Amino acid sequence: MYKKIGQQSMRFSLPPIVRETATIVGPKEGDGPLADCFDKVLSDTLNGCESWEKCESSMLEWSIKSVVDKAQLSLKQVDYILAGDLLNQLMSTHFAVRDLHCPFIGLYGACSSMALSMIMGAMVIDGGFAHNVVGAASSHHDTAERQYRYPTELGVQRPLIAQWTVTGSGAVLLSDEKTLELPKITTATVGKIVDMGISDPDSMGPAMAPAAVDTIVQHFHDTGRDANYYDGIYTGDLGKIGKQLVIELLDEAGYAVGDRYEDCGCLIYRDDQDVHAGASGCASSAAVFCGLLYKELCKKNLNKILFIGTGCLHSTTSYQQNETIPCIAHAAAIEV
Amino acid sequence: MDNQAKERYKKRVERLNPKPPLVKNCCWAFVVGGFICVLGQFIQNSFMDGAGLSRSNATAATSAVMVFLGAFLTGLGIYDELGKRAGAGSIVPITGFANSIVASAMEFKREGFVFGVGAKMFTIAGPVIVYGTITAFIVGLLHWLMSLGG
Repeated sequence: MYKKIGQQSMRFSLPPIVRETATIVGPKEGDGPLADCFDKVLSDTLNGCESWEKCESSMLEWSIKSVVDKAQLSLKQVDYILAGDLLNQLMSTHFAVRDLHCPFIGLYGACSSMALSMIMGAMVIDGGFAHNVVGAASSHHDTAERQYRYPTELGVQRPLIAQWTVTGSGAVLLSDEKTLELPKITTATVGKIVDMGISDPDSMGPAMAPAAVDTIVQHFHDTGRDANYYDGIYTGDLGKIGKQLVIELLDEAGYAVGDRYEDCGCLIYRDDQDVHAGASGCASSAAVFCGLLYKELCKKNLNKILFIGTGCLHSTTSYQQNETIPCIAHAAAIEV
Repeated sequence: MDNQAKERYKKRVERLNPKPPLVKNCCWAFVVGGFICVLGQFIQNSFMDGAGLSRSNATAATSAVMVFLGAFLTGLGIYDELGKRAGAGSIVPITGFANSIVASAMEFKREGFVFGVGAKMFTIAGPVIVYGTITAFIVGLLHWLMSLGG
């Protein structure tokens, strides 16, 4: 059965359920408005590890093990782990899954990795290649800062448009189990790279906003749905400026999203936490989906959501060579 | 994506880009930068009057003390908090130079003392040294050429 619809979307014939989620975050996120939604909050950003990279790996490993435990399964019953992070060569992910002895596919979608892992996991399950798939992503403020920007102790002023990389990790367990009444991934839209010429690596929300809009509009077009179909539309980590740009661009494209639209990066921190334009990083969308949105779906406070992971696909080499920032967004519709 | 659309988008982003609080930032930079300079002057005067050093020796000793203070406050995790508010006020003085070297050295300690600390210590300060030396050379050359004419 052919499952592709329109140009870039797919409708799953046997929509996989999101059987469980697990989240772990750092202290700053644990101090924010969503503190109660997370399964575990670390007391410091090292968590007893020798380096921030090891801490990030330990968070990802914890979230994968924890989601499998919560679903009352064992790692032997997991057919694939699909996961990614922001570091070069997926360092955090590779070390996190090293001791799990589970078939693994590494994904790099920058901050879109959580949505990407969910879409790829749903495809694998709907294709009949797996019963249970774990999708996971992580980021860490300090590992991202030292890779992409400056040493953390350097006394520089961050521009107001900059966002704060979330320290944390989220994991979902997708399953083909049909007896459980749980949220399902019903349709998805895989994005294409959009580059509107933004080259400032601090300006990631504005760089990604056109990619998010491109994917959302394509999703509506391919599925024949519009914003009214969904109770909530959530982008991953555009921050305050990116969110405003999405609202304006969608409005001009003829889709008034109104209060239905929110950005995960605007939910994690309070205004007085000195994060400037909001949250970013793989864990921004991962923590909000796994911590907040999934629970709201299970409680049926939300019934249909469109979850859009957004990623900046630049590297430190590319921006030093004055390249602009290629961006991507992937959308998954999750319905109860 | 055509260039006109990109230009229009850049203008749209520019319109939403939050403007930094210039007056507040300038006040912070002035007060913190000024305080660092006053402290430096106080230390220099103390070396000259108290310890009886010559002006050039006192200047060198003052630089050493200020570099130590910048490095020490970086190690305590205070200098980046200061820099967040003071901006150029704490970057431009010699204490900022110390901060850039010590911050890099601390950051890359986990990669070892040779390829970590040794290789990465000057990632921020290196360009300042390179272009500072080149500028000094050019200015020296110009000074020499002008002295030939005079």
